[in-house]
Amino acid sequence: MTTDTIEALADVEAATVEVHDVHKWYGTHRVLDGVDLTVRPGEVTVILGPSGSGKSTLLRVINHLEKPEIGYVSINGELIGVRRQGERLKELSERAILTQRSRIGFVFQNFNLFPHLTVLDNVAAAPVATGRLGRTEAQELARELLGRVGLADKTGAYPRQLSGGQQQRVAIARALALRPGVILFDEPTSALDPELVGEVLAVIKDLATSGTTLVIVTHEIGFAREIADRVVFIDGGRIVEQGPPSEVLDNPRHERTRDFLSKVL
Amino acid sequence: MSEPPGATVTLAPTSPADEPSKVLTAQRVLPLRRPGRWIATAVVLVLVAQFVHGLVTNPFYQWDRWGYWFLRPTILDGLVITLEVTAYSAVLGLLGGILLALARLSRSPVLRAVSWTYIWALRSVPLIVVLLFLYNFSALYKTLSVGIPFGPAFFSFDESRLATDMVVAVVGLSLNEAAYAAEVVRGGILSVDQGQHEAAAALGLPKSYQFRRIVFPQALRSIIPNYVNQLIGLIKGTSLVFYVSLLDLFGSAQTMGSTYPGDIVPLLLVVTVWYLILTSVVSVIQFYVERHYARGATRSLPPTPLQKLRTALTELRARIRREAAV
Repeated sequence: MTTDTIEALADVEAATVEVHDVHKWYGTHRVLDGVDLTVRPGEVTVILGPSGSGKSTLLRVINHLEKPEIGYVSINGELIGVRRQGERLKELSERAILTQRSRIGFVFQNFNLFPHLTVLDNVAAAPVATGRLGRTEAQELARELLGRVGLADKTGAYPRQLSGGQQQRVAIARALALRPGVILFDEPTSALDPELVGEVLAVIKDLATSGTTLVIVTHEIGFAREIADRVVFIDGGRIVEQGPPSEVLDNPRHERTRDFLSKVL
Repeated sequence: MSEPPGATVTLAPTSPADEPSKVLTAQRVLPLRRPGRWIATAVVLVLVAQFVHGLVTNPFYQWDRWGYWFLRPTILDGLVITLEVTAYSAVLGLLGGILLALARLSRSPVLRAVSWTYIWALRSVPLIVVLLFLYNFSALYKTLSVGIPFGPAFFSFDESRLATDMVVAVVGLSLNEAAYAAEVVRGGILSVDQGQHEAAAALGLPKSYQFRRIVFPQALRSIIPNYVNQLIGLIKGTSLVFYVSLLDLFGSAQTMGSTYPGDIVPLLLVVTVWYLILTSVVSVIQFYVERHYARGATRSLPPTPLQKLRTALTELRARIRREAAV
């Protein structure tokens, strides 16, 4: 952990994330069944659950990549993707949603870097496109962020010339370039070779100690125990239990949690 | 596993003949001879030689007359018309194609249906029919006006003055080209990974930026080869404008052919060689444009012909040196 990382990220105000009674269906299949969740500023929340339990969907509802049928998400009190009109919720314009998303970082399982842009341009693109920074400033910021994730020498490379671990670190730098108050990680190490997992987790750990709000979907139980302030176990579209890792991971109260942990540990 | 009866546990000693006479020292592996390939090559070479010989010696081709016509001003004027019509139609057709493709991929059912119907209709009707329709367009609609739909007109044009032969040709080819280009562009856009759309949306990039800078440049990789194919069809398709009384390359040759009936074959050869040249130029441009858009898609760019030649020469020199050393 370098001290200037803390300094640079200190100017970003960590966000509060609130999920209110969110329901989501895919056709007739119910994916989320009334999820309530509050993530306090600077808190690191790890979401665990069997596959198909709705954990990725929950994450994607938070930045409105998926629209919930019922319920809403708010970040720092601002509704995401909708606005209040009297007693009802109305969908926001696409442009307004995009603006909201630019304040929420999202890191994908498959990195989803832009293959036709250099590493530097991948990181610098969003601040320029959203009109926050000029091209030169954005590239300067990108260089700085790439240095922090240990890729200062890769700025001119194209994503496909990098290893999976390096690509994911670029993706994290890309998310950081928008100075988000919260960063969402959707299984950030699941697509990586085992020996590359460590380098990505190290970067996330770095962020965790810097005070940014993080919500992480992962299968790395050891990692969760190490960095999480809170572990949320989700199954069948519902939160089964949540609490500090010492409770949920070491003394789970629910049968389903115990069952899941016995399979993955 | 149980052993079959009579099987010996130890391997039978190999006969001295099977054994290598001495320890194998590292040496060059002789490549496998492939006689079939040599025979096929010889047959093809003979056929090619026969064809070329016929082309050169057969008096029917009248190569001297070909030489006379090849750079005649009438032919060159026709060539310019062909190039003009192709250029305008290629650009307008591609723009129209992009719009149609976006309409087909839009979430509005009306836009989707209109785009689908347009593509369906224009791909069904032969180009020559479209051109002749437009040629007779002034009979169907005397004037064209700009104004409120179904309401008063602000200003109008006399159709027959607006629709010169050039305009008819370009509009007809563009309408046709747009229908095909739309499918090429749509295919290209669909070939871009869904994750790219998601990443662009998650970063909050403005919608137009997503298309222009993220999706379209990646789609171009599959659009270019297909569109060039389309473009080559278009170059040759322009020969149909002869039927709306525009004298393009083919049209000029055809006209000269009816004036000098004895020169029809050399005139057709003139046209053939010019179309070959045009297609070759397009193919060369295609190579470099594709190479440009391959950045990032492959770990290293494909070599240019010059680079390939240089590598081949270096390798050949190295091989000769190696052979000489053995």
